Amino acid sequence: MSDELAFLAHRKDDSVAVAVRDVEAGLGRLAFLNSDETLTLEAKEAIPLGHKVALEDIAEGSDIIEYGEVVGHSIAAIQAGSLVHVHNIRSNRWQVKS
Amino acid sequence: MASKVLTGYRRENGTVGIRNHVIILAVDDLSNAAVEGIAALVPGTLAIPHSYGRLQFGEDLELTFRTLIGTGTNPNVAAAVVVGIEPTWTDRVADGIAAAKKPVARLSIERNGDLNTIAEGARMAAKLLQDASEIQRSVVERSEVMMSIKCGESDTTSGLGSCPTTSQAVDRTVLAGGTVLFGETTELTGGEHLIANRCIDDEVRGKFMGFFDDYLKTVEAAGVDLMGSQPTQGNIRGGLSTIEEKAMGNIAKTGTVPVVDALEPAVAPTKQGLNFMDTSSAAAECITLMAAAGAVIHLFPTGQGNVIGNPIEPVIKITANPVTAKTMAEHIDLDVSGLIRREYSLAEAGDRIMELVDRTINGRLTAAESIGHKEFVITKLYRSA
Repeated sequence: MSDELAFLAHRKDDSVAVAVRDVEAGLGRLAFLNSDETLTLEAKEAIPLGHKVALEDIAEGSDIIEYGEVVGHSIAAIQAGSLVHVHNIRSNRWQVKS
Repeated sequence: MASKVLTGYRRENGTVGIRNHVIILAVDDLSNAAVEGIAALVPGTLAIPHSYGRLQFGEDLELTFRTLIGTGTNPNVAAAVVVGIEPTWTDRVADGIAAAKKPVARLSIERNGDLNTIAEGARMAAKLLQDASEIQRSVVERSEVMMSIKCGESDTTSGLGSCPTTSQAVDRTVLAGGTVLFGETTELTGGEHLIANRCIDDEVRGKFMGFFDDYLKTVEAAGVDLMGSQPTQGNIRGGLSTIEEKAMGNIAKTGTVPVVDALEPAVAPTKQGLNFMDTSSAAAECITLMAAAGAVIHLFPTGQGNVIGNPIEPVIKITANPVTAKTMAEHIDLDVSGLIRREYSLAEAGDRIMELVDRTINGRLTAAESIGHKEFVITKLYRSA
């Protein structure tokens, strides 16, 4: 595992964190803006710089929490360590019209 | 923080600028060629062409007048040459600028032609430029230097790094007695309750929510789907997934101070502190409106690398995205990518941005100024007659 920080989350109880560099699948260090604690997270896939990783298993239809606020909901089950983006979450406010 | 000496240009109406431009301002699109002709003959003046000013009416016309007059009135402007196709609307704009005790010359093209207008305008501009060159900088207070903030091409690094850094500058400026403008009405969607909670009283909260609800109604009435537009394709490429997530990053740049007022676009604030202004989230439209309200220095956090500048208001770019800092270095004034790697504290990033703000106030050119970014875009509320 690299000593370089891999992921940074806004809050300890957020459901996602952001990759602060291009992260390969495997173990990576995880830090929080509101805490000095550092944890280890296993990325299930590569997470590009700036993209989000799930910090916990997320059931389909769950709120996604970032900044301690609801920023959308899951449209599929998301495993901890997986990429979280427009393929598996949606806005609660502005919906895709079909 | 107060130990640093700041200098600026004291204008006759009591406002303080940090630049000393002589502008050649078009009243309408038809006058752009003449405006550019004058500026070409008098290097050192600044042409401000734009795309509108004809057949507008009602609130839309009033906003265009307010934007043009506000631009000429901005404390970064020493003097203005106003050029329009006909005299009546030209006078309306020139009189508005003159009311702020600013030296103004005016020309209209009808019964004159472009070439005579350019020759006469160039003589007026040269005189105003010579006069402006004698205006000296003097010591000013931080509280007198109006700031505006707006982010662009945001990504997740904006919310983690460049926006919190900007927040430090907002809080420090307001605590020093200064005034800061923020806007981007639709980009608060999902976090509007956080701004509403920070409004200083029910009256301001009511005004803010009125602007917010109206803007969303306009979007919905157009029957369009903002997915793919908000967040933008650039935002999505940078890792942002929803408008709420983008809004949280946006709000992360507004500091912790209360919101003291909610303003119509291009209206000068009357209350000291953090003011909301109802604006588009498009960078050039937003900054043009803020400059027209009197802001003289702009902080612009970016993720994927927005290249925006403004003709009269220096724009400082801040990024926490290491790829953007490296690949677009000529656009970036401050790289705080160390923040997302936790290499230094937010307070330290705050010290760095304030140092850069102070140097920019004192005359250092921003990246956008140095490479000539001068986007000036009038906000159009509806189509012309």
